[in-house]
Amino acid sequence: MIKLLRYLKSYRKESILGPLFKLLEASFELLIPLVVAQIIDVGIPNEDVPYIIKMCLLMVLLGIIGLVCSLTAQYFAAKAAVGFSTVIRRDLFAHIQSLSYSELDQIGTSTLMTRMTSDINQVQNGVNLVLRLFLRSPFIVFGAMVMAFTIDIKSAGVFAVTIPALSVVVFGIMLVSIPLYRKVQARLDRVMQITRENLAGARVVRAFNKEADEIAAYDQAGEELKGVQVFVGKISALLNPVTYVMVNLAIVVLIWVSGVQVDVGNLSQGEVVALISYMSQILVELIKLANLIISFTKAIACGNRIQSIFEIQPGMKETEKPVVKMPVTDSVVEFHDVSFTYQGAKEESLSGIHFTAKRGDTIGIIGGTGSGKSSLVNLIPRFYDVTDGEVLIHGVNVKEYPFEQLRDKIGLVPQKAVLFQGSIRDNLRWGKKDATEEEMNRALEIAQAKDFVDAKENGLDSEVLQNGKNLSGGQRQRLTIARAVIKKPEILILDDSASALDYATDARLRKAIREMDPDITVFLVSQRAATIQYADQILVLDDGELAGIGTHQQLLDTCEVYREIYYSQFPRKESGHESNEPV
Amino acid sequence: MKATNLSSAQTIRKVLGYIKRYWFLLALSIFFAAVTVILTLYAPILIGYGVDKIVGKGNVDFDGLKGIMLQISVVVALTAAAQWIMNTCNNRITFQVVKDIRDKAFRKLERMPLKYIDQHQHGDLVSRIIADVDQFSDGLLMGFTQFFTGVMTILGTLVFMLVIDYKIALVVVLITPVSLFVANFIAKKTFSMFRLQSQTRGEITSLIDEMIGNQKVVKAFGYEDDAMERLNEINGRLQSCSLRATFFSSITNPSTRFVNSLVYTAVALVGALSVMSGSLSVGLLTSFLNYANQYTKPFNEISGVVTELQNALASASRVFELIEEPSETPDAEHATVLEEVDGSVTLDQVYFSYRQDRPLIENLNLLVRPGQRVAIVGPTGCGKSTVINLLMRFYDVDKGAIKVAGLDIREITRKSLRENYGMVLQETWLKSGTVRENISFGKPEATEEEVIAAAKASHAHSFIKRLPNGYDTVITEDGGNLSQGQKQLLCITRVMLSLPPMLILDEATSSIDTRTEIQIQKAFAKMMNGRTSFIVAHRLSTIQEADVILVMRDGKIIEQGTHDQLLAQQGFYYELYNSQFAV
Repeated sequence: MIKLLRYLKSYRKESILGPLFKLLEASFELLIPLVVAQIIDVGIPNEDVPYIIKMCLLMVLLGIIGLVCSLTAQYFAAKAAVGFSTVIRRDLFAHIQSLSYSELDQIGTSTLMTRMTSDINQVQNGVNLVLRLFLRSPFIVFGAMVMAFTIDIKSAGVFAVTIPALSVVVFGIMLVSIPLYRKVQARLDRVMQITRENLAGARVVRAFNKEADEIAAYDQAGEELKGVQVFVGKISALLNPVTYVMVNLAIVVLIWVSGVQVDVGNLSQGEVVALISYMSQILVELIKLANLIISFTKAIACGNRIQSIFEIQPGMKETEKPVVKMPVTDSVVEFHDVSFTYQGAKEESLSGIHFTAKRGDTIGIIGGTGSGKSSLVNLIPRFYDVTDGEVLIHGVNVKEYPFEQLRDKIGLVPQKAVLFQGSIRDNLRWGKKDATEEEMNRALEIAQAKDFVDAKENGLDSEVLQNGKNLSGGQRQRLTIARAVIKKPEILILDDSASALDYATDARLRKAIREMDPDITVFLVSQRAATIQYADQILVLDDGELAGIGTHQQLLDTCEVYREIYYSQFPRKESGHESNEPV
Repeated sequence: MKATNLSSAQTIRKVLGYIKRYWFLLALSIFFAAVTVILTLYAPILIGYGVDKIVGKGNVDFDGLKGIMLQISVVVALTAAAQWIMNTCNNRITFQVVKDIRDKAFRKLERMPLKYIDQHQHGDLVSRIIADVDQFSDGLLMGFTQFFTGVMTILGTLVFMLVIDYKIALVVVLITPVSLFVANFIAKKTFSMFRLQSQTRGEITSLIDEMIGNQKVVKAFGYEDDAMERLNEINGRLQSCSLRATFFSSITNPSTRFVNSLVYTAVALVGALSVMSGSLSVGLLTSFLNYANQYTKPFNEISGVVTELQNALASASRVFELIEEPSETPDAEHATVLEEVDGSVTLDQVYFSYRQDRPLIENLNLLVRPGQRVAIVGPTGCGKSTVINLLMRFYDVDKGAIKVAGLDIREITRKSLRENYGMVLQETWLKSGTVRENISFGKPEATEEEVIAAAKASHAHSFIKRLPNGYDTVITEDGGNLSQGQKQLLCITRVMLSLPPMLILDEATSSIDTRTEIQIQKAFAKMMNGRTSFIVAHRLSTIQEADVILVMRDGKIIEQGTHDQLLAQQGFYYELYNSQFAV
């Protein structure tokens, strides 16, 4: 958290002036009991009405000055806090964007989103509160004591004893209850988990007739939650009564001690009143401080979480060399004995992968989940760095390319069909910023998306909701394909991105891509044997290793894993089916 | 927060209904609140008397002082005790009521028609049971402790002041509303600023959701700079509207404090004049000044509490809405327990639709003889799960009847119907708990041997053994630490353990590695042996071996027959089948 405070630097003036004005206001507030004492000691005994009025006007004046000071303070505090969070938000966003896939995998995007939103808001509130109040309360507590000492040293001794005792009680109760609140949260999480689980698994729970057991489990969790809540409630309910007793007993002692002092003539009645009101003020401020500390600890926790994101360094450096001059070769993509291990993983996800993809080739990649298919294609745009070996594009190591040049060559259709809020047109522009209407239509045609886009009332301008949730899975996939082909990439990667399409559409799509550009190199990742069957080269992955490489027929003859996959999808029992093959 | 149909009066009545059960605690709480308030107000008067015994040099009544000190001590101790008891009662009532509401809501979840669960976002339902109930509990607690004592304090102070000196009381009563008015005025003015702030926050959150949530796509398309630009634009707007909202809302406190200081001054002035005229003692003037401070505080608190209470009521009404949803139709009174199941299932002129205006299944007739296999095929999203919904009676048919062993399923208990089906769905739901707990989900009394035997039968044993703690490995929520295929195997084992006479199976499509897939297939085959089975089929082998194939499209069953019959028809099935082989 402390490191985040560097962001307050550009608001140094505000962050100093804010608390300063707040202290000024507090000082004026501390003067009030003295004025009242004057009224009692001077005005009343002398029956001096003009003096009393003068003193009252003085109090109003102090009030006005206090108001002005405090408004100024609030403004500076708000400005600093809001500015602080604005800068953090900007920098954190930029920082996240600089992270590579490895870091994104490790942190998880949902965590990053919470950091960017609610955590930053919490920190903003925290900074605002601190600038406004954090100095004020302790200042009044100690200010009141100092004032007491100026009035009478002997009576002020009561303050010197009471304040530490009160602090111990207030902070002691907080120290005990904060961990308990964490326990409450943990129990609540459990209740939430059961609720969520029972919604997601409603069918299974009912199919197994487990409703009564689930209710019992839920009741149990609820009972445990209530148990801690009541317990922590009892403890925090102590705070007010105990402090109340302490302060009032202190007042009792104060009355006696100051009574003695008045008796010997060291103190006046008005001063006694002033001392008593200082004592009451202390109680109010200490309670405020305790509440403040609770919100402050929350803000610190959020701040630390944000800072921990800042501390993650991007694991991949972009080359600083200028744009690579494009050698023209036919070997578009080459993998030279590539091995790859995900950060933090124990085992290699890919080992010893070696192949060359020629211009115009279609490369099929097949294998089970976790066999490394996606990992392999993710190495081509250098989303991850290889741990061993090298990936070359046109004979140049991908690490030598600036990101933009490299990724410009590649059209990627990710496994998860992600679209963005905006129109269909906006989404296609992700692929090519200045795409013309014609190019868009052409891309939609290739992606087999033209029909359904045209059927929409607004065509290309139809709205896409967040995550494309107003489109079906198949429609989303086709739009992501259009988004990738619109940039006319040299290398097109379809990462299992036709899974929601039926076989016929899938086939038409492949045909259209090939017709679009005979020179394009296509990587087809799929679980379906039918999809990759006619590729020029099929890479069969099994547990990160290349179990086979070749054409469909070659692999059927030589590769056991391929045969296993193929025949699990196309049973060979009745060889009659193969006669259905039109090709 | 979504508005609900419940008016706040109705909601309040319902809340009171829940509280009613704890009337004794409530009565106790009210009694002790009254005691607390009266004693709290009495203490300043005693202190005032104390001050009056300390008049000046040599004029201090130490004997009288002793008595007063004793009185104050007793009063203070009693106050503290009463306050603590009151707080504890409030805690207990609140947490108990909250538990009651949550329990009721959860019971509703287990009893409500699946239609409701299917049609509502689970996140929303969870937040009603967790977040809304929490908000409600905060509001209720605050309402009890602050609203209640606040109102009593105001009334009590008025009475005490009127009894001591009506003139001063009048001054206080006249000026105090100004503070309320100021607070109200500021709140109104800032409302629109807050709305703008939360709108802009919403905008930035949704941008962050998209860009950070899909950061990989952003990187793949080199969209980082555009994303940054968009963030900066919104961030800038957020900064300026946030500053205004923060600042203007933070002027409430200083402003009301200023009004309070005016009240204080007025009391001092009128009080001092009264002391001179002899109608008031100096000590009682101190009491008055004390009151002036106390009196305005609850006013400020109450306005905060009122907003909190409004939020709490809105939250409560959302939970009540859930609780009051109709439960699923209970089992018929004369419902019989299904005992002798031969495995025959008849669908007799079945009509069903999810929405009245969209007929889905019309006049579906099907006769399944014991031990037959029924394959349901069709493109993704064609509504294959509808049939499962009807068979398991997750939904009721609109017209016609489904019969098991000759009995209409509406005439038998749900429990006995579902006991006779074994169900493996595509969404592999597991509950958080150990592997063993998950396997014996439907049969908690199963012995270790039975569990292992089932796991061996479903080919899950070998991977379970390799898990860190074998059968005691804890599965995190939704099986996050298992692969999709492993989860599926566990779901199969769960059914394998009790192996009912009829089966409903959903073959998972993609994302299962080949080896596991073959094991799953074997497990399925073993289960189906001799049992009536309904299979949502994706594999050709399953389809070919089925006794009846139901071909679905757009939610309707359009063809029905054996593989050969359907091919001969040259209809949709023929098309579907052939497209798998086309390029």
